[in-house]
Amino acid sequence: MKLKYLKLDRIDGPLIVLSGVKDASYDEMVDIEVAGKEHKKGRVVQINKDKVVIQVFQGTSGISLGNSSVAFSGGPMRIPLSMEVLGRVFNGMGEPVDGAGFYAENKYDIGGRPINPVGRKYPRDYIQTGISSIDGLTTLIRGQKLPIFSGDGLPHNEVAAQIVKQAKISGDAAANFAIVFAAMGIKHDEAEYFKRQFELSGVLNKVVMYINLADDPIVERITTPRCALTAAEYLAFEHDMHILVIMTNMTSYAEALREISSAREEVPSRKGYPGYLYSDLASLYERAGIIKNSKGSITQIPILTMPNDDITHPVPDLTGFITEGQVILSRDLFQKNIYPPVNILPSLSRLMKDGIGEGYTREDHPDIANQVFSAYTHVQEIRALAQVIGEEDISDLDKKYLEFGKQFESKLLNQSFESNRNIEDTLNIMWEILGAIPKGELTRIDPGLIEKYYVG
Amino acid sequence: MNNGNSSGKLVFINGPVVKAENAEALKMREMVLVGNKKLIGEVVSIESDKATLQIYEETSGLKWGDEVVSTGKPLSVKLGPGILSNIFDGIERPLEHIYETGSAFIPEGIGLISIDLNKLWDIHLTVNVGDYIEEGSVYATVQETSLILHKLMVPPKMSGKVTFVEKDGKYNIEHTVVKILDKEEEEVELSLYQEWPIRTPRPVKQKRAIEKPLITGQRVIDTFFPLAKGGTAAIPGGFGTGKTITQHQLAKWSDADIIVYIGCGERGNEMTEVLEDFPKIIDPKSQKSLMQRTVLLANTSNMPVAAREASIYTGITIAEYYRDMGYHIAIMADSTSRWAEALRELSGRLEEMPAEEGYPAYLPSRLAQFYERAAYVETLSGTEGSITIIGAVSPAGGDFSEPVTQNTKRVVSTFLALDKSLAYSRHYPAINWHNSYSGYVTVLKEWYDENISENMMELRAKILRILQEERKLLEIVKLVGEDILPDDQRLILEISKVIKVGYLQQNAYHKDDANVSLNKQYKMLTVIDSLYEAANECIRAGAPISKVKNEDIFYKVITMKYTVSEENLELLDELIKEIYEYYISLGKMYRKGGAQNETEISKIR
Ligand SMILES: Nc1ncnc2c1ncn2[C@@H]1O[C@H](COP(=O)(O)OP(=O)(O)O)[C@@H](O)[C@H]1O
Ligand SMILES: [Mg+2]
Repeated sequence: MKLKYLKLDRIDGPLIVLSGVKDASYDEMVDIEVAGKEHKKGRVVQINKDKVVIQVFQGTSGISLGNSSVAFSGGPMRIPLSMEVLGRVFNGMGEPVDGAGFYAENKYDIGGRPINPVGRKYPRDYIQTGISSIDGLTTLIRGQKLPIFSGDGLPHNEVAAQIVKQAKISGDAAANFAIVFAAMGIKHDEAEYFKRQFELSGVLNKVVMYINLADDPIVERITTPRCALTAAEYLAFEHDMHILVIMTNMTSYAEALREISSAREEVPSRKGYPGYLYSDLASLYERAGIIKNSKGSITQIPILTMPNDDITHPVPDLTGFITEGQVILSRDLFQKNIYPPVNILPSLSRLMKDGIGEGYTREDHPDIANQVFSAYTHVQEIRALAQVIGEEDISDLDKKYLEFGKQFESKLLNQSFESNRNIEDTLNIMWEILGAIPKGELTRIDPGLIEKYYVG
Repeated sequence: MNNGNSSGKLVFINGPVVKAENAEALKMREMVLVGNKKLIGEVVSIESDKATLQIYEETSGLKWGDEVVSTGKPLSVKLGPGILSNIFDGIERPLEHIYETGSAFIPEGIGLISIDLNKLWDIHLTVNVGDYIEEGSVYATVQETSLILHKLMVPPKMSGKVTFVEKDGKYNIEHTVVKILDKEEEEVELSLYQEWPIRTPRPVKQKRAIEKPLITGQRVIDTFFPLAKGGTAAIPGGFGTGKTITQHQLAKWSDADIIVYIGCGERGNEMTEVLEDFPKIIDPKSQKSLMQRTVLLANTSNMPVAAREASIYTGITIAEYYRDMGYHIAIMADSTSRWAEALRELSGRLEEMPAEEGYPAYLPSRLAQFYERAAYVETLSGTEGSITIIGAVSPAGGDFSEPVTQNTKRVVSTFLALDKSLAYSRHYPAINWHNSYSGYVTVLKEWYDENISENMMELRAKILRILQEERKLLEIVKLVGEDILPDDQRLILEISKVIKVGYLQQNAYHKDDANVSLNKQYKMLTVIDSLYEAANECIRAGAPISKVKNEDIFYKVITMKYTVSEENLELLDELIKEIYEYYISLGKMYRKGGAQNETEISKIR
C-alpha cells in the first residue's frame, strides 16, 4: 500500500505541487481525494527530489492546500478494455458514463508504444466512401491517417458522418468493422449529432465513444484521444478488426495542450503553442496503420477547424506535416451551396498512388485524377482573368475550361448526403466533364486511355 | 553511489531531460545508463556535482534516487560490416532485430545493441606480419553486400607494425584479425569494427575542390540546379510539396555508391515504404537491388525526441566511415527541421535562453557544423571519397523566412525551393525554377562540357531565360488576356508550357520517366530548342501563332519523355527533323506569298 500525502505546497492552474514524496515515478497516476468525498485523478509531470508536480485531470477547483490527500498508484494511466467496449460511452479518463458498470480483465497503458517501422505493413487497400471528391481525387486507404481541415460552420461533421455511413458497406470485412469516436472539446449537440448518425446508419453497437465535451475538464482533453486510440489498438491488433477512428476537434485538443503548457510556464513557440506540439500530435496520429502480425487496421479521420480559415495556423500546419494528406473544406464552395465543399487543389491523399489504378480501382484513375487537378488549376487562373477582362473577352479555349470548371463543381463535387457513388461512377463523371475541353489539352493522360474513355 | 560504477542519482525528471547529483565522475558528452531499465542517455551539461542528461528513451517510470551508471565513453556508434541494407534507430539500434525479438511496437530499455555481433563474415586479410600500417590503411576486406566491398581500416591516430594476422575465413565482428605494436610498444588488437563518437567528424587527409556532379536522373535538378559530389543541398517546402518523394527519388536514382537515408522525426509508413520498395528496385547500372547500397535510420515523429536529435549525427558518422573507404555517399535527412525542433524541445527543458522562435541561440552553428561534414576529400589512405548532404526543411506554414530555412540557406549551395501552388496543380517535382539555385553551375560546367556536350549549359541558360520572359508576360496576361500579345511573345508562352509540362514535370511513379539519363536530358533540350527556333523563324516570316502552334508537333514534344525510351534516343533526332520539315515549309509559304497563300497553308496541316 502506497503512502498518502496530506499537504500541498502550491496550486497553480491545473497543477498542484507537493513535497516530502518518497517513491513517485515520472508519469505516474495519482488519486486525489478532495474534502473527504470527491476524487480527482492526476499525473506526475515533474519530479525534483521529494517535490512533485502533478497535473490534475478534473481541474483543481475545490482543492485547497489543506483539504486533500494524494495517493500514488504506482504506474502510468491504464484503462480497462475488453470486447464489451463496443457500443459503450466513456469519458476522457476511460470511465463509463452511460450508466452501466464496466469491468475488464486487462488494463492498457494509454501512452501506447511507437510502432517499429519494420513492424508496419504499408497500407495499399482503398476504402470507397461513396463521395466522388474523396474517392476520385483524394482516395482514402485503409490504415491511413487522413484529416479533414475545416472551418467553423462548415459541414465537416456531415462529411465524417457520411464517410462512416458509407464506408462500412464496402470491402470484405463488414462484420469486422468498428468505429472509435473521440470527442475533444466539442459541444453537446455536435456529440448528439454523431450519436444520432451512428444510430441511423445502424452501427451504434459497433461504436466506442470517448467523450470530453467543451465544458468538461481540459486536462482530460489530453487523455481522451489516447484512451480512444488505445481502445482502437486493442480492437485492431488483438481482435483483427478494421477500425475507423474519428477524432474531433483537434484544434480544441491543441488549445488544451497550450493552456496546460502555459500554466507550466514553458517556453512557447508559434502562437503560444508549446514547442513539442508537433511531437505530441505525432504521438496520436502515428498510432494509425497496419502491423505485420495482425489482420486489423486503424484508419484515422481527425477533424480540425482552422482558426480564421488559416491553413498556416500551427494546428492544421503541423497536422499536415504528420498525416498522410488532408481533405480541405472551402468556405467559398460552401457559400455556392456545394456539398461536400471539398477544395481539391490543396487536398491530398499521400497513400492514394499505391491504392489506385489497375488491379485496385481502374486503370485510368491515376492519369485522369492528375488531369482533373491540372485542368481545375487552370480554371482558377482563367476565372481570375475573367474577373479582370470580362468573360466575353477570354479566348474560346478558356471558355471551354470555364465550362469544365462549372461541370466539375456541379456534377462531380456536388452530391447529396444520401448519394453513395461507386468508384466506376465517379471515374465516368470525371471523363464526362473532361469532355468539355478538347482532347489535345489532355496531356496528362496516356493516349491509349484517351482512345478508350474520352467522351468529347 | 558506491556499488560498482554508479556515477550519480537522479534528482530531477522532466520528460527527456533529467538531472543527477553526486555526479562528479561524469564527463561531458559521456554516454550513461539510467534507472532499472538502463535507459540510454548522454551528459549535456555539468555544474559542480550536478549533471544534466538527455535520455534517448521514454522516461516514464523514472524515480528520484534512480541510479546513473557511467559507461566511460562518449555517445558512439559501432562501425563495421552489417550496416548496409539494414535499418537502425537514431542511436544505431537495429530495428529489424528488435522487431524479431519482440512485437511490432518498440519497447524501452533495449540496451546498447547495434550491428549484429554473431553474424559470420567472410574475411580476406590484406596485410602481412612485419608490415607497417597506419591510420586509414586497409588491413582486411569483406564483401558486405553484393554491391559494396567493405574495407577494414586502421582507426584514426593509430599506427604500428603488424605482429599477428589471422587466416582468411569466417569470423564475427568481435574476432581479432590483426594485432599491431604501436608507437608506445603496446599491442593493439584490430577486429572487424571500430567505434566512433558521433559528434566528432572523422579526420581526412585533405578536402578537395568540388568538380563532379551528383547525377540524380531528375531533369529539373541535373539540368537546372545540379548537385555536386561533396556538396550540400536543401529542399525546403510546406507539407505535401514533395520533399520526401524528392529525397526518395535521389536515394533511388542518384549515382552515389552508398545512400544513408535518415527519417528524422517523420512518418513511420514512409520508412516502411522504403523497406518494402527498395529491395525490389533494380539499379540500372549494377543490376543489383537498391537496398544493397542503402542504410536506413529511422527515428520517426513518435519515437523519443532526444534520439531524433542524435540520428543526424549517427547518420553522418556512418557516411564518413564509408567515405573513408573511398566511396561516394549521398546522405538524405528528412527532415532537418524536426531535428532543429528536437534541439528546441531539449533546450526548452534545459531552461536555456531562447533566441528566435524559441530555438536555441546555437541553432545556426549546429546547422553549419552539420553541413560542414559534407566534402569531397582525399581520405587518410589516399583514396578519393565524398559525402553529399541533402537536407529537407519543413518551414512552419510554408514560410521560408523562419529560422531553420534561413540558417540552412546560409550554409548550403543548392537550394531546391518547393512551391505550394505548383504542388496544388500537381506539377511535380514542385521545384520552383525562379527561387531555386545551384552554386555549382560554374564549377560543373567543365564536366558537362566534356561528358555531355559543350552546348548543354548554354541551352540551360537559354531555357531559363525563356521561363524568365514567361514570368513577365504572365503578369501582363493576368491583366489583359493573352490575345493582345504579339505572336512572338505568345510563342514564348507556348514554349514555356512545353518546357514545364514536357521537361520540368517528371512523374516519380512512371516507369520510363522516374529516372532519366543526362544524354536523354540533353537531347530533349535540343528538341525543345529546335521547336522554339524553328517556330520563331516562322513567326518572323509572318506566320500566325495559330499555325505555328501545330497541335500534333507540340503534343509529340510534350510526350517525348514517355514515348522515347533510353534505348531509342535516335527517335529524338527524327523528331527534330520532323520539326524542321514542318516549319521550313510553313515559313516558305509565308515568305514567298504572304497571307494570300491561305489555301496552300491549310494543306500543310
Ligand atoms: N515527383 C513526383 N511525382 C509524382 N508525384 C509526386 C512527386 N513529388 C510529389 N508527389 C506527390 O506529392 C505528394 C506529397 O509529396 P511528399 O514528398 O510526401 O511531400 P512532403 O514530404 O513535402 O510533405 C506525394 O504523396 C505524391 O502524391
Ligand atoms: Mg515528407
